[in-house]
Amino acid sequence: MTDLAVIGAGPAGLAAAARAAEGGLDVLLLDENPAPGGQVWRGMAEASRAQLSTMAPDHARARAAVARLRSTSARYRPGATVWQLAASARGIELGHTAAGAVHLTEIPHVIVATGAQERPFPIPGWTLPGVLTAGGAQTLLKSSGLVARDAVLAGTGPLLYLLAVQLISAGAPPKAILDTASTAARRRALRHLPAAILSPAPLLKGLAWRRQIRGAGVPHIEAVTSLAIEGETEATAIHWRTEAGETGHLEASHILLHQGVVPSTNLTMAAGLDHEWDDAQLAWRPRTDRWGRTSHPAIHVAGDGAGIEGWEAAEARGEIAALDALQAAGHLTESARDRAAEGPMRTRRTATRLRPFLDALYRPATQFLVPEAPATIVCRCEEITAGELAPLIATGLRGPNQLKSFSRAGMGACQGRFCGLTVQAMISAATGQSAVETGYYRLRPPVKPVPLGAFADMTVEEPADAG
Amino acid sequence: MPADRHTGRRTADVVIIGGGIHGCSAALHLAARGYTVAVLEKDSIGRHASGANAGGVRRLGRATAEVPLSVRAAAMWREIEALVHDHCGYRESRYLKIGFTEDELESAHRRVRVLQQQGFSHEDVIDRATLHDLLPAAAPGCLGALHVAGDGYAQPYRTVQAFRRRAEALGARIEEGSPVQGIAQHGRTWRVTTPRMTVEAPVVVNAAGAWGGELAAKLGDRIPLSAHAPMLAITTRMAPFVEAVVGLLGDALSLKQFENGTVLIGGGVRGIAESATNRTHLDVAGLRRFLTAATRVFPHLKGMQINRFWAGIEGYTPDDLPVIGHGGAEGVVHSFGYSAHGFQLAPAAGALVADLAEGRSPDLDLIPFAPDRFARAEPP
Repeated sequence: MTDLAVIGAGPAGLAAAARAAEGGLDVLLLDENPAPGGQVWRGMAEASRAQLSTMAPDHARARAAVARLRSTSARYRPGATVWQLAASARGIELGHTAAGAVHLTEIPHVIVATGAQERPFPIPGWTLPGVLTAGGAQTLLKSSGLVARDAVLAGTGPLLYLLAVQLISAGAPPKAILDTASTAARRRALRHLPAAILSPAPLLKGLAWRRQIRGAGVPHIEAVTSLAIEGETEATAIHWRTEAGETGHLEASHILLHQGVVPSTNLTMAAGLDHEWDDAQLAWRPRTDRWGRTSHPAIHVAGDGAGIEGWEAAEARGEIAALDALQAAGHLTESARDRAAEGPMRTRRTATRLRPFLDALYRPATQFLVPEAPATIVCRCEEITAGELAPLIATGLRGPNQLKSFSRAGMGACQGRFCGLTVQAMISAATGQSAVETGYYRLRPPVKPVPLGAFADMTVEEPADAG
Repeated sequence: MPADRHTGRRTADVVIIGGGIHGCSAALHLAARGYTVAVLEKDSIGRHASGANAGGVRRLGRATAEVPLSVRAAAMWREIEALVHDHCGYRESRYLKIGFTEDELESAHRRVRVLQQQGFSHEDVIDRATLHDLLPAAAPGCLGALHVAGDGYAQPYRTVQAFRRRAEALGARIEEGSPVQGIAQHGRTWRVTTPRMTVEAPVVVNAAGAWGGELAAKLGDRIPLSAHAPMLAITTRMAPFVEAVVGLLGDALSLKQFENGTVLIGGGVRGIAESATNRTHLDVAGLRRFLTAATRVFPHLKGMQINRFWAGIEGYTPDDLPVIGHGGAEGVVHSFGYSAHGFQLAPAAGALVADLAEGRSPDLDLIPFAPDRFARAEPP
């Protein structure tokens, strides 16, 4: 019977599942994708050598992580979408669908490693066909080798530059990069540079990317303060303005947007766990201790889902959470756990030295969080614009849930992933409330849509402690 | 609501505790009659069952004791815009409870005969051919149905807000984020304290929904009430296939398709309510029950996607009938415990509560809803 379920097979989930299985737990690893690796290592375990050359140079780590998992007794179930996570009398109730069937099971302990999602980027035209997120474009590149030619990249964050480099390597250099990092953000970031320099590798990697981009002759327009995508039925052009007041215009049918990633909290919020607002990362994250333990003692969160720290820290955090779960299950003493965790804790510290610098440098500017133009769509599922929401907020609605009930924003199939932070930022900007005072959507299962028919034939697996 | 300059205390003719649809409806009727009214809501207006129910505007299948109130409410729903100055998303169609066996249909015929003896003719039984004409998507095994033409549905959250706004326009004061911390009678005055204010009024209305039992105890009345969270499911959008609201004679189901194509499926199967924390939890085995019932009527639903489950916290009485009437102490009026079928009753129930608060005798028999009926039923 399963002792531990791990949700998500990215760096954190792979490490957690492997470590827990090595320590003697019966582990079930559930992942939505058809192959392990999560977002950052998507497709790497199965990629050919040629494909790997266009991917990040971290593929050796990805392959090692997958090989390690395969050497353990952990059961890996791909194509499994978890839609329900809740405390129950006997442990944790976990509902998932796989191959069209609904499974419901009670498990003593769960490690959530569902990672990050891209932050919404509500500018005029962001929902037009032809506009993708940088992450979406990277997914196409990694999983199907599809390359967006003559793309314009706009926004900020390491992923944007990584994607530019990957496109250059794939022989399709972007038409331009419109960089929204502000001069003020750069200045603020410099304060964190001394700490960052202690772990220079990622910093050097970033500089190398910039050199590559310059070397390929890709125009890099900095300090962009305003963006608008034009087009009636699909994107045809992008328009911008810079801090210096210069405006520009480029015809483009592929526009790739990115302004950082935030913890993917839909599952942990729907589970009723306590969350806190991270003002440096402008995002919610589940409240966890240094082991990744949440407000429910039998649920841990590991990796970027508990706060963005990147894949190297995520691997370490998976390891750390698994050690704590092993201790909780009686397979490790506290001191053995603490000893075993020393290495991963150190790795995590080293890997996150750069984080304050990155958070400050890539902090999105307010005008890209709170839409300025009334026609800008906020909720793409229900097609609700900023101009429809603003008057409702002006009538005195103080929270996203009231706004949702009045407007339907956030009621679509994405469960607020594409609008929640925008709605929250709009309310806070209009009322002067803090993010915590404004709050977030109350999320409901299923966290992802589930087939209705599957409920009729639902499998209720025996609880782990049944004889 | 006037405030005393020295004490900061506010006074009103009636203080209503609970800003669900029943509290807001009572506030609307009282304000329309010229009384000063304060509504104290612990969370936000329509936050619980009132805003999170299925929106059924249904006379069909009501307990016989509730039929006169429901019939009166139905007439008010047809004029809802005149009452609250908003259409509330109200749509009149028809309501059906489908039978799969001859026994179920026979019980439906018996019910129609009983209602007719009492002078009510809104329900009838339709045969198999009529049913399949009305519902071409229904499975062949559907043999007939108990039926009402003219029942329908409204948008619950929008409706509560419409009652609230109309009550405010008529002068009622609505205070959100105002849980009752203290309530006591001083002479003939009830003094109610919240974190933000103290309100004094000769009459207090208990419209606290699932929290109404606790409040009744503070007002001196022991009224058994349990909190449950009836579960609902909504699908992603699909092509229109049903205009009527569909239920079953033999099982829990209530299904309707909205104009935007989404299908709402419920039927009263209960999840777990944590009324102290406002949280609700799903009972997944219960979900299986009413979703399976839905696919028995409409097999094509099997291929559809559930987008969201939710549940609102509602108070249930032991006999599933509401509590409407005077409490034991002077100046207390109860209106709660609607047991998951109070939404449709609200326009009419609010007027009855206003009558009681005014000290007038209502023109409708409230004995089945008497607050002391459970105490009387207890063995000595």
